[in-house]
Parts: sequence; C-alpha cells; structure tokens
Amino acid sequence: MEEKLQLSPDSFEALPKANTADNEKIAAPSLTFAQDVWMRLKKNKGAVISLFVIIIMMVIAFGSTPFINNDTLVKSQPQYANLPAKIPGLDAINGFNGKIKQGGVWVDAYAQNNVPKDKAFWLGTDYLGRSLAQRIIYGTKISLIVALVATFFDLTIGVTYGIISGWKGGKVDNVMQRIIEVISSVPNLVIVVLMLVALSPGMKSIILAIAISSWTTMARMIRAETLSLKTQEYVLAARTLGESPAKIAWKHLVPNLSSIIIIQTMYTIPSAIFFEAFLSFIGIGISAPETSLGVLLNEGQKNFQFLPYQMWYPAIVLCILMIAFNLLGDGLRDAFDPKTRR
Amino acid sequence: MKKYLLKRVGYMALTLFLVATITFFLMKMMPGSPYANEAKMSATQIKIMNEQYGLDKPVWQQYLIYLFGMLHGDLGTSFQYSNQPVSALIGNRIGASMQLGLQAMIFGVFFGIIIGAIAAIKHNTWADTGATVLAIIGKSVPNFVLAILLQYYIGLKLGWFPLAGWGDFSHTIMPTIALGVGPLAETARFIRTSMVEVLSSDYIELAKSKGLSRFEVVYHHALRNSLIPLVTLLGPYTVSLMTGSMVIENIFNIPGIGEQFVKSIMTNDYPTIMGVTMLFSAGLVVVILITDIIYSIIDPRIRLEGKKG
Repeated sequence: MEEKLQLSPDSFEALPKANTADNEKIAAPSLTFAQDVWMRLKKNKGAVISLFVIIIMMVIAFGSTPFINNDTLVKSQPQYANLPAKIPGLDAINGFNGKIKQGGVWVDAYAQNNVPKDKAFWLGTDYLGRSLAQRIIYGTKISLIVALVATFFDLTIGVTYGIISGWKGGKVDNVMQRIIEVISSVPNLVIVVLMLVALSPGMKSIILAIAISSWTTMARMIRAETLSLKTQEYVLAARTLGESPAKIAWKHLVPNLSSIIIIQTMYTIPSAIFFEAFLSFIGIGISAPETSLGVLLNEGQKNFQFLPYQMWYPAIVLCILMIAFNLLGDGLRDAFDPKTRR
Repeated sequence: MKKYLLKRVGYMALTLFLVATITFFLMKMMPGSPYANEAKMSATQIKIMNEQYGLDKPVWQQYLIYLFGMLHGDLGTSFQYSNQPVSALIGNRIGASMQLGLQAMIFGVFFGIIIGAIAAIKHNTWADTGATVLAIIGKSVPNFVLAILLQYYIGLKLGWFPLAGWGDFSHTIMPTIALGVGPLAETARFIRTSMVEVLSSDYIELAKSKGLSRFEVVYHHALRNSLIPLVTLLGPYTVSLMTGSMVIENIFNIPGIGEQFVKSIMTNDYPTIMGVTMLFSAGLVVVILITDIIYSIIDPRIRLEGKKG
C-alpha cells in the first residue's frame, strides 16, 4: 500500500516571481496631506485657472514696482488727457485703436489731440493724461497689499484668539466669546468707517480698520475646532509629558487647524479687497494722489457717460480678482474637505 | 424660554451700551472740527457754538448726557443741519432705506431660491453650471459697480427706469436689483448645497416611490426642508443690505440712512454718525435675536435653552 513518491528537488519548478501578486504592497504611493489636497485641487479647473490668474496678477502688480512708482503716477501730461485705448497692431478693432465714439461716430482721438504717432496708451489715459494701464497695475498692487496685510493681521489675531479661547475654556472662554459677540453685532463696515473717521484716512488706517473688524469669524471657527482638538489623545499625551501650552498650540493645534485657516483666509482676501474698493469709492479710503482700484473706479465713474473705458477697465480687473479668489476659495474648501464635494 | 429670552435681551443691552461707549470715545478722537469755517471764527464765536452743542463740558459729562439722552430716544442734535435732532433726521429717512432693504431682500431670496433649486434639481448639468457661474459672479462683482452699470445701460441708454431720485415704485427697481444681487447669490449657493443633500435623503425616495409628481416632490418635500437653514442667513443679509445702502443710496441719490451716514462722515457730524451707528447695531442685534427665535419655531429639534448653534 505504501507507495512513496519519489520527489527530487528537480521536480519542483519555481514560478516566475512577477506572477505572484504581493498583497502587502500598497499600489499607490502614499501621499502627504498637502499632496492629497493638491491632487484634488488640480481636478478643479476653475480653481486652477484662478490660481494662475492670481499668480499672474501678483507677478505683474509686484513686478511693476521698479517701473511704476509714485513719480510716474503723479506726473500729469495734460496734452494726452482722456485718450482712449490704443494697442499697436489692433488697428481694426474700434475701441483699441485710439478711436472713441463721439456723437455716434468713431473719431480718432489721438489724431484729434495731435498725439505723436508712436505714442500709444494700451488702456488709454485719465483726465490728467496719466496712463490708465500703469495706474491700474499700481492700483491693483495697492489693493493686493491692503488685502494681504489685513489678512495677515486677521490670521494672527483670529487664530491666536480662537486657540486661547478654545484652549482655556471656562470663564476665559465665556468672556472672550462675549467680546466677539459684541464686535460682530456691529456691521463690519460701520467699524471700518468709524476707525477711518477716528484715524486719518489712508492705507495704514484701512489696513488697521479691516484687520480689527474681520477676525471674528476666523476666531469663532478656530475656537470651535480647538475645543474638539484639545480632547484628542495626542494633545493629552503632550500635556502629560509636560509640554508647554504654546508649544502644543504650535506643534499640534496649528497643523490640524491649517485647512480651516487656509480656507478662511481665502475668503477674507476678497472681502478685504471689496472693503478697500468700497471705502475708496465712497471717498473715505485711499485718496489722490495715491491710487487703488477703488480710487480708479471713483474717478472713472464721474466720466462714465462719455469715457466709459475709464471705469470699465478697473472694474474688470477688480471683478476678475474677486472671482479668482472666490473660485480658489471654493476649490480649496472642496479639496480640503472631500465630503462636501458634490 | 422666558429665562433664555431675558438673558439674551440683557446681553443685547450690554452690547449696545458698549457700542455706544466705544463710538462716543472714537468720535472724540476724531480729527477735524464740526465747524466748516473755523478759521474765520473768533474765539468767542467758537465758545458760543461749543456751548450751544454742549462741547464745552468735560468729556465724561458729555458722555453721561449722551447716554442719558439715548435712553429717552434723544440722539442729540445734528451739527450738519442746524438744530435738527438726529432722531428726527433718522426718522425722516428710515422709510426709504427700510423699503429698499426689504424689497432687495425679497428679490434676492425669491430669485435665489428659484435659481438654487433649479441648480440642485438639474444637478451636474449645464443649468447647474450656469447657476453656479451666476452665483459666483453675483458674489464677486461689487454692488456699486453693478449699480453704475445698471444706471447707465438700463436707466440712461434704454430709459426704462428713472436714473435716480426717490418717488414711485419705478425709482426703486434698479437700486433693489443692485442691492439684492448679493443676497441672491448667497441664497442660490446655500439652497443648492442644502437641496442636493435633501434630494438624496430617504424621505424624498419615499415620496417619489409613492408616485408623487416631480413638482410635488420638489415643492412639498425637498424645498421646504432646504429652506430651514436659510433663516440663519438673515443676519448676514441685514449686514450686507446696511453696507450696500451706504453706496447704493449715494449712487441713486436716495434719501435714506446710508446716504445720510456717508454725508455725516464727510461733514464730521458726530451726533448723526453715532446715531446711525447705534441704529445699525440695534437693527442687527434684533435681527440676530429674531433669527434664533424663528429657527427654534420652524425646527423644533433646536432648543433655545440649549447651547446656541
């Protein structure tokens, strides 16, 4: 009965290694949180385009600093006043060839005013003969600076306040929340206006005013998140090990709050740009000879009926800026929190 | 409920008191003087004027007088219009602002709901994309830019509505649209998100399987439940309308509170600035309280006694 199988090592043949699937191996490379977000953001076309638009606008606005400064801006050239846009090469398109509609007829304003042939203002000039393109670039820079600096303050104040309030809890939290309640029951714009009235109008006051009034939303969101984060085990572990609260906040809380911070910042920037434009437009913000998008809108609006381009161009730039930041904000929100994505 | 309300009203009073105090001292820091041709006035004249407006007294006394007056509905006397009480000034102008604000809110919410609902029902189609684009544009284009464009192209070029001023209903149409676009965009975005969520819930499936018509499902079941969270936007709407009124009323030359506020800032008319600030703050505080109450009525799951949501 007993039959022994004669097996020698030669009877076995090794399978080619490639054929065996390694179940332990992770197919996709592991991504860090930032890479993950970036991957999701890349899928959102609107957000990516917006990101590029913002980068391009920032590069143009800040890169122009050596070429466009206060001196070039205040120098008026009355002989070139109120010229429409003229872009060399676009001679066929009315509106970009130096012609303007007067009484229903397109007239060459450059010839009318005896402007030298080689002189061309790409976006036209204002009532003092200053290049509108230069002024818009400079104005965009000022608007961006106001927004970025105000947002920076908003970030630091809002995040610090929120973390302290959430971390301390109890009475401190209660008092700090009441303070926020008081501040947020006055319309933001009223606070800004009051600050501007009390300080002297100008860029510094606008930045300060926006910074003071706009951090409450950030502080509220950060506090709510801190309240839940501080009960987490890793925070408890850090506390047990005797880590100082400041270090815990910096090492453990801020990284975990980063998505809220970034998203909220993305919404603060357009609202700061809006405030600046709004205030300058009604005449209590930045005023001449300084310029910003709001100032340009205010100046353009006066002549809108006859020289519509003087308001259209700054308005378009302002709208593009706002749309880009809003779209990027939405994109980042979806990218950070895929659950909300639909 | 009663205890909760009392507590809230107490906080409201405290808030308004703090606002009044801060505003008062900020105004005292204000550079410039309320007298337009101070350079030409002699010291005696300035003294007489100061006495007339109570500016000769020490600041703490002025402050107490101000607070005491406010409790009686007296907001002081405007510097700008000789001897006109601020409360009368505001009273004359509040009607136009209220009408405009309400109209803009109704316009914004109504069309916002329609656009948002269409976007949610036609989720991921061209209609959805169109509505989203519209909402982003509405959110991004500043209302004063829109107002000027409307005024020029609809008012002047087409001549459909009066350019500016305040009179019959046709005067209110363009300002209403300019003011209402912000709330419209906000509502549309909000309704879309909330309705997409509701549309995928079990009770909508049930309603569909009962054989209800599409309209009935959307109208009776989906829309109603997506509307509830909309109430929370009441506060932000109010803020946006108050802010908007400052510039829209100026552009369309409407005799409202916002226009007066800007004028007062330009002329250093402290009592009016303080009065309008108090009015705006009081309005917002009341709206926030009403929001919380309405919310607890339509959604009984939310208890006022509990922690505020």
